[in-house]
Amino acid sequence: MAYHSGYGAHGSKHRARAAPDPPPLFDDTSGAYSSQPGGYPAPGADVAFSVNHLLGDPVANVAMAYGSSIASHGKDMVHKELRRFVSVNKLKYFFAVDTAYVAKKLGLLVFPYRHQNWEVQSSRDVPLPPRQDLNAPDLYIPTMAFITYVLLAGMALGIQKRFSPEVLGLCASTALAWVVMEVLALLLGVYLATVRSDLSTFHLLAYSGYKYVGMILSVLTGLLFGSDGYYVALAWTSSSLMYFIVRSLRTAALAPDNMGGPAPRQRLQLYLTLGAAAFQPLIIYWLTFHLVR
Amino acid sequence: MAFTLYSLLQAALLCVNAIAVLHEERFHKNLAGGADQGIGGFREEPGIKSQLMNLIRSVGTVMRVPLIIINSIAIVLLLLFG
Repeated sequence: MAYHSGYGAHGSKHRARAAPDPPPLFDDTSGAYSSQPGGYPAPGADVAFSVNHLLGDPVANVAMAYGSSIASHGKDMVHKELRRFVSVNKLKYFFAVDTAYVAKKLGLLVFPYRHQNWEVQSSRDVPLPPRQDLNAPDLYIPTMAFITYVLLAGMALGIQKRFSPEVLGLCASTALAWVVMEVLALLLGVYLATVRSDLSTFHLLAYSGYKYVGMILSVLTGLLFGSDGYYVALAWTSSSLMYFIVRSLRTAALAPDNMGGPAPRQRLQLYLTLGAAAFQPLIIYWLTFHLVR
Repeated sequence: MAFTLYSLLQAALLCVNAIAVLHEERFHKNLAGGADQGIGGFREEPGIKSQLMNLIRSVGTVMRVPLIIINSIAIVLLLLFG
């Protein structure tokens, strides 16, 4: 009540009038919107209420300004820290895609057998962005495919009446953990086999992320056509993904100066590529078979 | 397989501990090309064994002090919260 009368006193100060006590708020709001500004107490209360609520209170003003300055300061700090860890320019290269590239790349992931030239083109030693080169890896498709996979997993579980919100988070974090482990294993393999190439972490992340497209297709076919459809789609997407990975990694990893190396090292690189390719069907099966029963 | 973040962190901590406690001299006897002998150091590719030895040694050197800190924290947390 003291609060209430305090606001009423502020409102009366703003309106420059000397009304002794403010009208009760709950009674006036019903008539306040329809009444004309001629009637004094009702719009006074209404305007007083809204003005106080938005701009009238100096404490609220100060708090808002302080909060917005804190928010912008926090944003600057986040940007600075992020720029220290992740080179945003390198990351931008992977997201420079357009619709035609995405469509062609998805088609290539499903049917890579007719593609002839797997080299990543570069102009003046700078690799071309995915917009201009079909063979360049990108991170847009893996990100979108990961999100679609999580949503599709939720939908599949919901169809089988096994859904609960925690399962969604569990599925997402499991898939993410497997991706991280696979990228770490690939990095270890690339280091141990001393592959001299420009395969950065993001390239490996991109190539590991392409399996989500296969997972989505398998789960969709499994939902539409039952268990047999799931296994057929699994076999098809696994083989095409294995072919895609082997061809891409061999042209990316085995650069011209690697071809002259001794036989054991080339064998190591071949084992690495084949191992990476063979791991894909296993992980596709592992992450999707519980969704299609 | 359900991964919680905590179990992943525990597994990673145990693996790094295992790498850090490896004894170098025993490996020098077992493997032909040790990292100290510099075999293959002047060729282009050092070979997988010396690469592995290099990796183990550098991980052990870099992570020794942080491992002490993280292990103490883990011990205290496990004592308190089981």
